[in-house]
Parts: sequence; structure tokens; C-alpha cells
Amino acid sequence: MKNRKAAFERFVYGVFLLIGLVTVGCVLLITVYLVIAGLPAIREIGLVQFLFGKVWASTAAEPSYGILPFILTSVYGTAGAIVLGVPVGFLTAVYLAKLAPKGVKSAVGTAVSLLAGIPSVVYGLVGMIVLVPAIREAFRLPDGASLFAAIIVLAVMILPSIVKVSVTALEAVPKEYEDASLSLGATPVETYFRVSVPAAKSGIAAAVVLGVGRAIGEAMAVMMVCGNVANMPSLFGSVRFLTTAVATEMSYSSGLQRQALFSIALVLFLFIMLINACLNFFLKRDKEGAK
Amino acid sequence: MSGKRRAYSIVMKLLMWLSVGLTGALVLFLVGFIFAKGLPNITWELLTESPSYLQNKIGILPDIVNTVYLVLATLIIVLPLGVGAAVYLTEYAHNGRIVSMIEYAAETLSGIPSIIYGLVGMLAFANNFGKCLLAGALTLVIMNLPTVMRTTQESLKTVPQSYREGAFGLGAGKWRVIRTVVLPGCVDGVITGCILTVGRILGESAALLFTAGFAHTLGGVVSTLFSSGCSLTVALYVYAKEQGEFEVAFAIAAVLMILTLLINLAAALVSRYFQRRRTA
Amino acid sequence: MKFGKKILDLGLMGVLALSVLAGCGGTGGTVSTDGSTSMEKVIGALKETFESENKSISVTYNPTGSGSGITAVAEGRCDIGLSSRDLKDEEIAQGLEGTVLAYDGIAIIVNPENPVADLDVETIGRIFTGEITNWSDVGGADAEIVLIGREAGSGTRDGFESITGTKDNCKYRQELTSTGDVITTVAGNPAAVGYASLASLKDSVKTLTVGGVTPSDETIKDGSYPVQRNFVLVTKKDETLSPSAQKFFDYITSEEAAEVIKNAGAVPVK
Repeated sequence: MKNRKAAFERFVYGVFLLIGLVTVGCVLLITVYLVIAGLPAIREIGLVQFLFGKVWASTAAEPSYGILPFILTSVYGTAGAIVLGVPVGFLTAVYLAKLAPKGVKSAVGTAVSLLAGIPSVVYGLVGMIVLVPAIREAFRLPDGASLFAAIIVLAVMILPSIVKVSVTALEAVPKEYEDASLSLGATPVETYFRVSVPAAKSGIAAAVVLGVGRAIGEAMAVMMVCGNVANMPSLFGSVRFLTTAVATEMSYSSGLQRQALFSIALVLFLFIMLINACLNFFLKRDKEGAK
Repeated sequence: MSGKRRAYSIVMKLLMWLSVGLTGALVLFLVGFIFAKGLPNITWELLTESPSYLQNKIGILPDIVNTVYLVLATLIIVLPLGVGAAVYLTEYAHNGRIVSMIEYAAETLSGIPSIIYGLVGMLAFANNFGKCLLAGALTLVIMNLPTVMRTTQESLKTVPQSYREGAFGLGAGKWRVIRTVVLPGCVDGVITGCILTVGRILGESAALLFTAGFAHTLGGVVSTLFSSGCSLTVALYVYAKEQGEFEVAFAIAAVLMILTLLINLAAALVSRYFQRRRTA
Repeated sequence: MKFGKKILDLGLMGVLALSVLAGCGGTGGTVSTDGSTSMEKVIGALKETFESENKSISVTYNPTGSGSGITAVAEGRCDIGLSSRDLKDEEIAQGLEGTVLAYDGIAIIVNPENPVADLDVETIGRIFTGEITNWSDVGGADAEIVLIGREAGSGTRDGFESITGTKDNCKYRQELTSTGDVITTVAGNPAAVGYASLASLKDSVKTLTVGGVTPSDETIKDGSYPVQRNFVLVTKKDETLSPSAQKFFDYITSEEAAEVIKNAGAVPVK
């Protein structure tokens, strides 16, 4: 009897362990599939040629598969979105976490969640109908679809995650720190920016890294505003991101072109893994700091 | 107080107000724009009919039904997995390396962009048994696993240790303790996880495009799961892009916004309800 | 030990995948079609009339693009592939067979504000390769020409570029992924010019005549409108279709279906 009970408990333990490992299995599944699908083209094209080639002409008579324009566009686009989105998100977060009256806080909080809930296709649609023509008029360009348009769309899209994560980090700062600073004669604003913000800096860094991840991974919205031509990036030129390179050609692709698209996805995946490692680093430091 | 310090305070305050104002204005503009373009186009016919090329009309009923199927199928698979993983992590795990491996895996999963999920879902599921809602649902399961796991874990941590010890003290086995004490205690986490999952499914397009296809199929649960079908968001994408039907696209966008609002409201209510119950 | 668990876990996923495999593959009363987005309207209309006459058979259509439609047939993932370009030699060598269903005109579209009304094929070619860069050179306003095209692999792009002799040479400002996007963009920019399937045009853009010929059923059928391509049904040469798929195939290639095809904006072969 006792043995059977123990055996049963061991069985239950095994089941839970197995379920727990599903997550790990999924990551392995994704990695294995991407590597298997992505390596052949890289091997055929040559790693250097692939990563640093400046010309992408996948369906030409003499095809050329260089993804440097996509890599640079993704890097510039993400950097631009961070430059525009982070200050706004950060200041909003400080206000919400420390200064805002309760009503304002819940109203803006809801608004921010709403922003996070808008499907990316809708961002693309609004961008295509409103933003692209506006940029064309404002800068007197022949056409408004550009890296700049994509940066603005991305900056808006990463705003919610930056605000949310930063607010959480700022709210976790022990009240005693602030009280001490205030009692020493610092104004509230000085306290928040010189005491609370430095205390929450790991969490805020995590927010920024999260934003980077979101921005570099976004495809659908960007695809509708960036013009999609495989040029080397310029602010007002038509550009193609890593994500949009995959999404644009995937449905019509065949042969080496298709394999090369999977290789692009693999490169994107490696970028994301790198960003995740950074995120993990900041979060861990945050946790240890809180202890 | 010196003038310089006062100026610093004023400037920072101004900047903050500016930022909050900008954020608020953005939301107002986007929501207003979508509602202004979408609400007038939401008609009873649009919501309750199938599209027809012959009669040249568009209806989104199949897309609504497909979205519901997709949500149900995803939740049925992801809940046991997510809750089970959370139970393992909080109740069973004593091997630090396995725990950190699982947690790192979950973190990685939540950082992967949906386009990559779409590609892998296409390779792993759609290429093996065709583009169908089920392939889409399986892809969504992987995407949402970390969310459900995380929310359940959080709420499991709030189940007082004394409850468990009490039950053990009465001679209950570990499984029994989990079934009777631990699992009932994490209902709020599971519900929050469900709400977040539904929200994510509603907004998802890239991952579904390559896995679930985009047919406007209308049928029973089982037959639909095995045929290609599109969710509301994918329908929005198809109508806007392939057909240039912006009225319909914005009508769907407005419907999605309303659903998002409702979901946010539901999440707030659930957390308030459980907070009150816990303190009571 | 740990590794063993991982394998077990992957195995579990495999079982999960296998258990659903049985359900998805069968095509009892269903006909699956997959391919060109330009053929959406035509196939949609055919599907509806067919289904209203054959209640027990359902037809599915996945607008994934010509390339993936052809691949899907070759890999046995669908019954009939839809392609808006002719099959390539290597695809025929794979054992695929193409049947022309209809002809489709590719319309050259500009913004309604643009005074230009006619261009010949050669001028179109020179515009798209970047030789002519200003509208004033072809009788329009003084504005830089903005070229709007489709993505590599699109059947419409392939058709347009091979007819105008601009293959791999187009200096696009934007490469968009769908007919809808092209129309929207051209409608929103007074200096834009693009191309789109005649079957899915909207009033928000102006269609140019090419060498004086207006694209219409007659001019496309007799070949006097030069920018056109074929809508092709792709099947496997030496494999018979399922009875329901054969029935659908016979119906859409019949004279009876010609009217439906015509109403959907394409030009039937028969």
C-alpha cells in the first residue's frame, strides 16, 4: 500500500517535471528548426558573402544574397525608435509612478494598455494612410514611405512596454530612500530623478532592452510603411528590415531564395537571443539588488 | 532654494507633462481615428454573415467564429502545460539547474518575435499536416506558454505555506495537497493568464498568417480546426492588403479595440475581486 | 538523465503532432486550392457557385502567392495550385502540369490627379528602369516619378517585368506585398505609378491606356492590350485528382463557368 502510494507520487512528480520541460523543449524545437532550415543557404552562399553582401536580388537571373542592408536597417531603425520612444516612455513612467494623482494614473495606465492591445496591422494601416503622406508633405519628398516613417511607428509601438516595465521598477524602490532624501531637503522632483531613478536603473535598463527586442522583431506594421526596397539604409529612403525581408518574400519564394529567407530568420533569432541574454542579465541584477 | 534647483524642478516637471501629454494624445488620436473610421461601418449584416463574391458583400461571422475556436483550442492545450509547469517550479523543483533552465527557456520564448513563431510553426506544424487552425493554435500555445506559466507562478507564491503544511500535517500526500490546496489557490493567476493569452491571440497576425492560412471557413469546431481559417486580425490584414477594403478593415479594427477594452476591464475586475477576497 | 528527459519531451510533441496529422491530411469532401493572390476574386466566385450546386463538397482557398501554390501542389499539400504566371521549365520537369484558366490584364495605374493618360510599352519600360524620371518628360506635371512595384516572386511583377522588358532592372521606390497596398499607395501619392491586376482595380486610381489601347475583355482576349498574363491551374501530371477535386476542376474549366470568371473581372479562355 505504502509502496503504491509512493510510486503514484513519483509518477505525478514525473508528469509535472515533463510538463515543466515542455518549455525547454519548445525553445529547442525552435532553435533546431531554424538552424536546420537556415544553415544550408548560408553554407551555399558563404557566411561573409551573406552577412556583408550589399546587394539583395533574390529573383534576378544572377541572384545575389547579401543581407547587410537589412541588418543595418534593423539596427538603425531600432536605435531610432529607442531614441524617440525611450525618453517619452521613461518620463511618462516617472510621472505615473511618482507624481500622478490616482485618477490620472489609472486613466493613463488604461490608455497605455490600450496602446499595447492594438494589433500591429492597425499601426501599419494608420501609418500608411496618415503618416506616410504626412511625411511626404512635410519634407517635400517624392514619397513618404521610409526608414523615418518606420522609426516613428516603432517608437509608438514600444512605448507601452517601456512605460509598464519602468513603472513597475520605479514603484519597487523602497519608500525609505525617498523619505530620507526628502527629509534632507531635496525637492520631490530632485528625489525622483536623483534617488528613485538610479535605484531602479536595472529595471529601467530592462525596459529599454525589452523595447529593443520588440522593435527589432516587429514585422507587419513596419512592412506597410518602410517601402520595402533592399537599399542601404538612409533616413528618407525606402528600406527593408530583417523581419520584413522574411515576411515580404516568404509566400512567393522557392529554392535557394526560400532557404536564404530562413537564414535571415536565423540571423534575426540570434539577435533576439543576444538581446534576451542582456535582458536576463539586467533582470537578475535587479532581483539581486532588491534582496 | 537656489534658482538653479528651482529651474531644474520646473523643467523636469514640464518634460514629464509633455511626455504624458504626448502619450495620451497618441492614444486618443489612434483610438479616435480607428473608431471614427470603423464604427460607422459596423453593421449587423457585417457581423452575422459570411462573405460572398457573387453578391459582392463582406461578412466577418466566420472570422469571429474562427477566433473563438482558436482561443478555445489554444487555451485547452496551454492551460494544463502552463499550470503544470508552474506547479512543478513552485511545488516540486529542488534542482536549481532545472529550474533556472526552465525559467530561462520561458524568458527566451517570451522574447521571440511573432514572425519567427510563424516560420517555425509553418515548418513544424503547417508543413506536416497542412495550414489549419490547429496548426495556428499549436503555434499560439508555444507563444503563450510563458505567460500562463508566469501568472500562475505568481499566484502560487501567494498561497500561504501554512496551508500546505497544515494539509501535510493531516497526512495528505503531495498530489492531494496540490489538488486540494495549491491548485484552488491559483485560480486568479490562471484567469489572468487566460485574459492575457486571449489579448495576445486577438492581436496576432504574423504567426497565424503562415500557419493557419486565411480562408473564411464557417463550420463546426472539429471540421474547422482541421481546415484553414482566419482570425479577426488576419481577416483585417487580408481585407486591407489583398482587397483594399478599408471600411471593413477599420470596422474589424474597431471591433478589436472594443474587445481589448473589455479584456482590460476584465483583467482589472478579476485582480480587484481576488485582492478583496484575499484580504477579507 | 537530463538529456533523456529532453528526448522524451520532444517525443511527446511528436506524438501530439502525429495525432493531428491523421485529421488534417484527408480531403474527403473538400477541395483545397492554394496560390496566387491575384486570382482571389476569380476563384472565390467560382468556389461559391460550385458549392451552391454541390452542397457536400467544400472548396478552400489559401491566397499565399503563385510560388507557394506551386510548391504546395508539388508537395501534395493541396489539390489544385493557382498560379498567375506560366510554369517554369524546372517546375514542369518536376511533373507538374499547367492549364490556363483565364487571361488577366495588368493595368498601369496612376493617381487620378495625374494628367497623363497614355503610355506605350517602351516608355513604360524606360520609366520603370529609371531612364525617365520626371512626369514632365511624358507630358505630365513637373514632378519626380515614384515607382510602386510588387515584391520579388509576385506573379504580377513577373508578368509586368517580362512584358515591358524590365526584368531585374526596375528602380522601385516601394515594393509592396499586395494589390491592395499598391492601389492604396498610388491613390495617396500624386506622382506615383504602379501596376495591378485588372480584376481587382478600384475607382481610387486612374488606369492608363497602353499604346492607345484600353484594357478590356476584347482587347485582352485578342491580344491587342499588350500587358497581360495567364491565370494557370497547376496539377500533378501523373496523379489523378480526388473525385471532388476533379469535379471542381471540370466545372471551372467548363464553358458554364466562363460567365462567372468574366463577372469576377478576368477574361475566360473559352
